Amino acid sequence: MNKNKASLNPKKIIIWTFLFIGAVIMMTPIIFMFSASFKYNDQIYDLTLFTSDFTLDNYIYLLENTDFIVWLSNSLFISLFTTFCVLFFDSLVGYTLAKFQFNGQKIVFIAILSTLMIPTEMLVIPWYIIARDFGLLDTYLGLILPGIMTGFGVFLMKQFFEGVPDDYLEAARIDGVGEFTIFIRIALPLVTPALSALAIFTFLGNWTAFLWPLIVSSSAELFTVPVGLASFSGEFQSDWELIMTGAALATLPTLLVFLILQRYIIRGVVLGGLKG
Amino acid sequence: MTVSQKRSLCAWSFIGVPLIYFILIRFYPSLDAFSIAFTDWDIVGEKKYIGFDNFIVLWDDPIFWIVLSNTFEYLLLGVPISLLLSFVIAYFLDQVRFGHGFLRACYFIPFLTTAVAMAWVWRWFYQPVPVGIINLGLGKIGILQFDFLRSTTEALPAVLAPAIWAGLGFQIVIFIAGLRAVPITYYEAAKIDGATSWHILRVITLPQLRSTIVFLVVISSIGFLRIFDQVYNMTQEGEGGPLNATRPLVLNIYKAAFENFDMGMAAAQTVVLFTLLLIITIIQLRILRK
Repeated sequence: MNKNKASLNPKKIIIWTFLFIGAVIMMTPIIFMFSASFKYNDQIYDLTLFTSDFTLDNYIYLLENTDFIVWLSNSLFISLFTTFCVLFFDSLVGYTLAKFQFNGQKIVFIAILSTLMIPTEMLVIPWYIIARDFGLLDTYLGLILPGIMTGFGVFLMKQFFEGVPDDYLEAARIDGVGEFTIFIRIALPLVTPALSALAIFTFLGNWTAFLWPLIVSSSAELFTVPVGLASFSGEFQSDWELIMTGAALATLPTLLVFLILQRYIIRGVVLGGLKG
Repeated sequence: MTVSQKRSLCAWSFIGVPLIYFILIRFYPSLDAFSIAFTDWDIVGEKKYIGFDNFIVLWDDPIFWIVLSNTFEYLLLGVPISLLLSFVIAYFLDQVRFGHGFLRACYFIPFLTTAVAMAWVWRWFYQPVPVGIINLGLGKIGILQFDFLRSTTEALPAVLAPAIWAGLGFQIVIFIAGLRAVPITYYEAAKIDGATSWHILRVITLPQLRSTIVFLVVISSIGFLRIFDQVYNMTQEGEGGPLNATRPLVLNIYKAAFENFDMGMAAAQTVVLFTLLLIITIIQLRILRK
């Protein structure tokens, strides 16, 4: 206690106060969003955050009268499936590039690395044409296909697999373990920090993705949360309490996951950000 | 088969399928985008190759120049503001022990939100009285009101704000990681020499953070150049208005391709976007190599 008091100089208190005000400002949009989602239409015109007669009507309305449940499950399914594919394929390719010697290895790596240069916005037009020609417009496959492998993930995983000692893999080989089993059972568990970083980025990227889902899906049953929310909000322009409820439903899942896994998520973001 | 042949075969069996995927879903579309840029094509009819005509049309299109200048405005406002804010916050947050985790979480959470959802929250905030929170609050203390999204001059910063807000958390945690990587002995030596904290910041901290700063400048430049979700959701009918005052390049591409089905013009603009991103990456590599 005494130690703390000794370090409690005015400068520190001022810094802390400013940081606290900043933190409150950062959270303001999210707090007001949740607050409005529990209000009746005529209450959102006042600044009181939480009134005593809060209501769940907005949530009930959205779940009963719109496809929000469908959009949430679409987003969840697409994000999880894509993340699983990215983790598997990107680490398989990263592992192969890091731990095997073969002809054309350099070309393959540079080729995959070069895909990082191409922005999604450039690819959506050809993707749209491919999807149309193969009948993938307005299908789950069409939504998912462009994202199941990423150059970023391959690059990230390759860097981490290079840090795995060859001795471990050699020892397993001498014991007659198959190459694929070595990858799954021995190499992958050694790079779990990288895997979780990649999982966070991929899941978040897909959960919030807007441009491609907006382009490829046209029927409401295939909308993801962002696309559904955009079309819904465009329709209900002045019902701000309903729009805020939709926004809250879109935010809630990632917020909950963050509150549970906070430390891992921040560590993963730093790891993925710096190494990627 | 020798051991090395066997391993080579194994490697190819691992990367075979992914390689085909990368060729079909990344390489071929990239080349296709470049090739469409040189055509006149409404997506259903025949592609007609017209050389550089699309680029010439763009050059003469006043709206394209507005769009390009908007895009640079997002970039040139967004990058310095977000980096300055995030550095100042990270610098002080790193020194704070009491409530550190809580404060960090508050700054970080916006990064995890969906841009579309937050665009609508901010759009609500910006409404005129009696709906919008900001004008409502300003009205209570009796200061002036803002037009925000209805004004040709205020709309662009208003759209930019949620983009900066959402990105701060990422930049802050990266900056804090960078600050912690500076060897503590540097600071100790400086303190012994009696350096002030301002001096330490200038001579030790900032130079040590060079690669972190370059990384964040590049990442955030790329982000602001590609701004779309916020503009699409915050402006009337997703037009990038009022009077194109907020329309960025990606929205213009989207409109050309998926509303006017003028694929050639859209692809030509993606080539422009690609070139801008390429320039940024090259500058980054140049700086980092030094």
